[in-house]
Amino acid sequence: MTERPGFGMRANGSADRTGSPADTSPSAGEPLPPDARVDLAKERADSHVDDVLTALDAELVGLAPVKTRIREIAALLLVDRVRARFGIDSGRPNLHMCFTGSPGTGKTSVAVRLAELLHRLGYIRRGHLVSVTRDDLVGQYVGHTAPKTKEVLKRAMGGVLFIDEAYYLYRAENERDYGQEAIEILLQVMENQRDDLVVVLAGYKDRMDSFFASNPGMSSRIAHHIDFPDYEPDELEAIGHMMMRREGYALAAEAEPVFRDYLDRRRARPRFANARSVRNAIERARLRHANRLLDRPGEVGRADLTTLHPEDFLASRVFG
Amino acid sequence: MRITQGTFSYLPDLTDEEITLQIGYALGQGWPCSVEFTDDPHPRNAYWDMWGLPMFDLADPAGVLYEINECRKAYPSHYVRLNAYDARYGRQTTALSFIVQRPPAEPGFRLDRQETSDRRIRYTLHSYAADRPEGERYGAER
Repeated sequence: MTERPGFGMRANGSADRTGSPADTSPSAGEPLPPDARVDLAKERADSHVDDVLTALDAELVGLAPVKTRIREIAALLLVDRVRARFGIDSGRPNLHMCFTGSPGTGKTSVAVRLAELLHRLGYIRRGHLVSVTRDDLVGQYVGHTAPKTKEVLKRAMGGVLFIDEAYYLYRAENERDYGQEAIEILLQVMENQRDDLVVVLAGYKDRMDSFFASNPGMSSRIAHHIDFPDYEPDELEAIGHMMMRREGYALAAEAEPVFRDYLDRRRARPRFANARSVRNAIERARLRHANRLLDRPGEVGRADLTTLHPEDFLASRVFG
Repeated sequence: MRITQGTFSYLPDLTDEEITLQIGYALGQGWPCSVEFTDDPHPRNAYWDMWGLPMFDLADPAGVLYEINECRKAYPSHYVRLNAYDARYGRQTTALSFIVQRPPAEPGFRLDRQETSDRRIRYTLHSYAADRPEGERYGAER
């Protein structure tokens, strides 16, 4: 170590890790007079919320109902901020959410963007996402659950707590399951420390429904139930193209119909996981592509290295 | 007699908002925080009781403040302090430590003089509160 420790007498030369771009709100100070006018467009530009919304539109294909709801939430928080400047106290909106949908419909990706968005709008202080499952919340013996759950909650404070496959928390068949204890602590914090964190539950639609049926307290504390629809074939194709572009690949012209056909066949098969299946298909095509290049003697050019051919997809099992 | 130990001890007691800002600074520096309590605040007593484990991986002061409040609830008339530890190689020491709760009445210390050989004097600080058994020193509780 070359840097000498500063013993706190000065700022140690370390980069400022607390930097928060959200602190642009001019809400401090005197409330505005009742007849003042506020430029909402300027307020909107100041919060940089459009960056996140644009990224949401550009990077996530489809999901129209989800995007609409997120825009509504952004609008509400923005208007609330302006209301606060006039001294109107409207209370903090309840933003706990439930994301339901099939696997691979982008629930986690949306949650990451949501955390960023809420941070920009000053609703949460940090904007980090803590993603947990049953294992992280529920203990293995008596007295183990409460500290474990509290630990996770403390870590998530100031950000978003994302509980994936939340229905596993409650096991109806075992009434002594410790999951119930975790749910109770969760409920208490969701109610009492709404300022400190936003809880997002995620899971498959039908199983979340039965989870809420057996935990009515949970359902009523969640204001936003957002359903993620399955992707349409052309949306899947767009996702596939986006993924390939990001990894520096492209489809040969004659491979386009094959890729479309592949997706159609894959969709019809059981355990189809939307975007995740598309990703896996591309991964496998990359393997075959690399193998094909090595099998053929001779030189390769840039085009050979980046272009996926029909045979890379045709070798798949779905065409069997 | 008001006990002055750790940072900020000559200032008026910090409010929760001020404590939150200090915790925010510590977390921003990458120092994990821990909460400790005692009813024997002798200056040489470095070993206060730990309130739970040190809190690693926290991003936001709310979690630390929550534990401080839990500790205050359990020990309403003990001394409670917050430590922030700098684990960087080359420092590895408590970087910030300050009292976040003190008992309502602090009786203070008596100076004992002991005459030893050759008219030498040895001095001892004796806490009036420590005459009473542990847990009853600053008013009844628990």
